[in-house]
Amino acid sequence: MRLEYFEMIDAVTRFDREAGRIEALARVPMESPVFEGHFPDHPLVPGVLLTETMAQASGYLVLAHLGFRQMPFLMGVDKARFRSFVGPGAELRIEASLEHDGSGYAVTKAAIRHDGKPLADAELRFRTMPFPAGLDAPMRERARRIGLFDLAGEPA
Amino acid sequence: MSDQTHTATFDRVADIISDTADIPRDTITPESHAIDDLGIDSLAFLDIAFAVDKAFGIKLPLERWTQEVNEGKVPAEEYFVLKNLCARIDALVAEKAAKA
Repeated sequence: MRLEYFEMIDAVTRFDREAGRIEALARVPMESPVFEGHFPDHPLVPGVLLTETMAQASGYLVLAHLGFRQMPFLMGVDKARFRSFVGPGAELRIEASLEHDGSGYAVTKAAIRHDGKPLADAELRFRTMPFPAGLDAPMRERARRIGLFDLAGEPA
Repeated sequence: MSDQTHTATFDRVADIISDTADIPRDTITPESHAIDDLGIDSLAFLDIAFAVDKAFGIKLPLERWTQEVNEGKVPAEEYFVLKNLCARIDALVAEKAAKA
């Protein structure tokens, strides 16, 4: 995870196109300016960043599901729950599944586990739309870097 | 399509709109325009579409509708006045049943 750059997913570890499911890995850095404020001498990953982590895993799932033809933008977070605390050095396992593939939108359910225990979960909604100019290539590069293409195949 | 079916569909859709967009149920009529009369924005309409898709087991073709309206091929009323929206939902449900 590069918290300050909002790059939350380190690697995609599983992608099941038929089931509409993705699994990913994220390692919380040992140090980050985020921890200076959240909280002084008691570093914890903020819930909003756990939400972003679930959103990014879901986003890669939707991207691959749509063959990288459209970009998902987060538009809603429902039923978000943060069930425990996590700090520097933690290894997080993220799962997301496609709940509904709508026309112009998608709905996912996502969860994060740490040490085998539930850490956070939420239902997320995305608006899907054509890539804004210039965003397609960097998103493909990010997807390639985290191994999504190795598992989902290179999009046309 | 029978009037009874249309009424049942309208009641269900109106309930969904009322719950999802927090609009008083008694202000929603078959003649209501979702955007102009009820003030539903595009984001809220996606929430409503999700609830409608789930409730009726269909996929409202919102992208096609939006494109047709934006290109001036179809007036927005055809999709966003509730009696018309309900007629299209009924058609999609019938189309799905015919394929099953």
